[in-house]
Amino acid sequence: MISKSFKTILVLLVAFLAVFWEAAFNGIRHWFGAQVDLLPALMVYASLQTGIVTVALLATLGGRWFDKLSANPFGVTVVPLFAAGMLVFLTRDLILRDQTFAQVTLGLAASLFVPLCVLLLLLTTGHEPLFGWGTLWQLIVMGAGGAIATPIIFEIFGWLERVLGYAGPSELSFRPDREIRRGR
Amino acid sequence: MYKRPHYIALGVVVLLTLTIVNLPSSTKARLKLGIGSLYLPLFGLTSFAREATRHTGESLQTRGQLLRENEQFRRDNQELRLQADRLTDLERENNRLRQLLQWEQRNPGKYRAGRVILREPANWWRTVQIDLGGRDGVQTNMAVLSGDGFLVGRISSVSLTRSQVVLLGDPTCKVSARVENDKSEAGIIGGAGPLESEFVEMTMMSRSAGLKPGQIVKSSGYGGLFPPDIPIGKIVDMRATDYGLTMVARVKIEANLNGLQEVWVRVK
Repeated sequence: MISKSFKTILVLLVAFLAVFWEAAFNGIRHWFGAQVDLLPALMVYASLQTGIVTVALLATLGGRWFDKLSANPFGVTVVPLFAAGMLVFLTRDLILRDQTFAQVTLGLAASLFVPLCVLLLLLTTGHEPLFGWGTLWQLIVMGAGGAIATPIIFEIFGWLERVLGYAGPSELSFRPDREIRRGR
Repeated sequence: MYKRPHYIALGVVVLLTLTIVNLPSSTKARLKLGIGSLYLPLFGLTSFAREATRHTGESLQTRGQLLRENEQFRRDNQELRLQADRLTDLERENNRLRQLLQWEQRNPGKYRAGRVILREPANWWRTVQIDLGGRDGVQTNMAVLSGDGFLVGRISSVSLTRSQVVLLGDPTCKVSARVENDKSEAGIIGGAGPLESEFVEMTMMSRSAGLKPGQIVKSSGYGGLFPPDIPIGKIVDMRATDYGLTMVARVKIEANLNGLQEVWVRVK
């Protein structure tokens, strides 16, 4: 068990490193023609396992870090990330969040939703991004990448919680109702 | 379903986004610079890791070579072999630097050599970041060339230690270019498809331009952004557009944009 604030810090730290990884390592783009975005997958984790403050912070900071290293207008990624996070957050009581299938599906949906929204925002605000039939393939790669990354992120955070968290006292096997009383 | 904290979070995020989107561009650029400086330790860490990997690779290779050579030439002493290996590396490096120097001497103007440190994380732009910035004399719109002298793009934004280069094929990188043939007609090199990183389209060419596959395309110098006669690539094919009024040529870029590691920035 780790505290909420520590979990928030962990999520933000992972987001910071994830954005840097996307810009620094070119392997996936080299092989598949598109780079995978890990922020939507991370947002799925944050919205299922943490509070609204973490979701808002991840959208605000993660989106800005991404835009900083990208040629995106500054701040354009924030709203799509937050919208994806809010959608999951508001329905999370209905989601079997521990099931891998649910994580994969949500990761896939979020990894398609966020870039589509960003592209829509860019196109409607007069920017001219690279857009064509090839974008379909890029979306497929991003969706598949996000779908694979989401359960991995859940696993990583589960491991971090086990390693860094306080385990809590285990219950005693002593039961007062089974006590053998002496006397009389 | 909606609680007060949700409204507050939504309000704060939307307010912050609107505020930042509507800030003056200079303030936005300063904010971007500020946030970018957070990544400085990671740049150092990456280059350190790269150097360490290189050194490890070199030492392993040397040991492997030495072991093999030790079997073949037992009488040779170890020191001589080490020196020979080192000399080979130095010779290779020397040759590479000589080539770059010759290229620099052939091309007038002042160039600064830089290294690509980051690539575009979003799939809808084509940019890289290099380790040259304002303190190295780099300014926006300066031409950027590959290590072997082909046009790569232009500087789109500059911070103190780093710059963003918008590459050929990005819709925001338009280059006035001409075809090397009798007509020497000029056109505009613009964007390409999202997956076509090796090709760009050259538009606004007349039907009488005499285009043929294999013809060399160079910068024309019109527009003032790029100096003339920087090689860009070769024509692969062409087609008529605008009801046959103009031609569009597909140009294969000579510079390897995907494997770009070292670049020249024309600072004068």
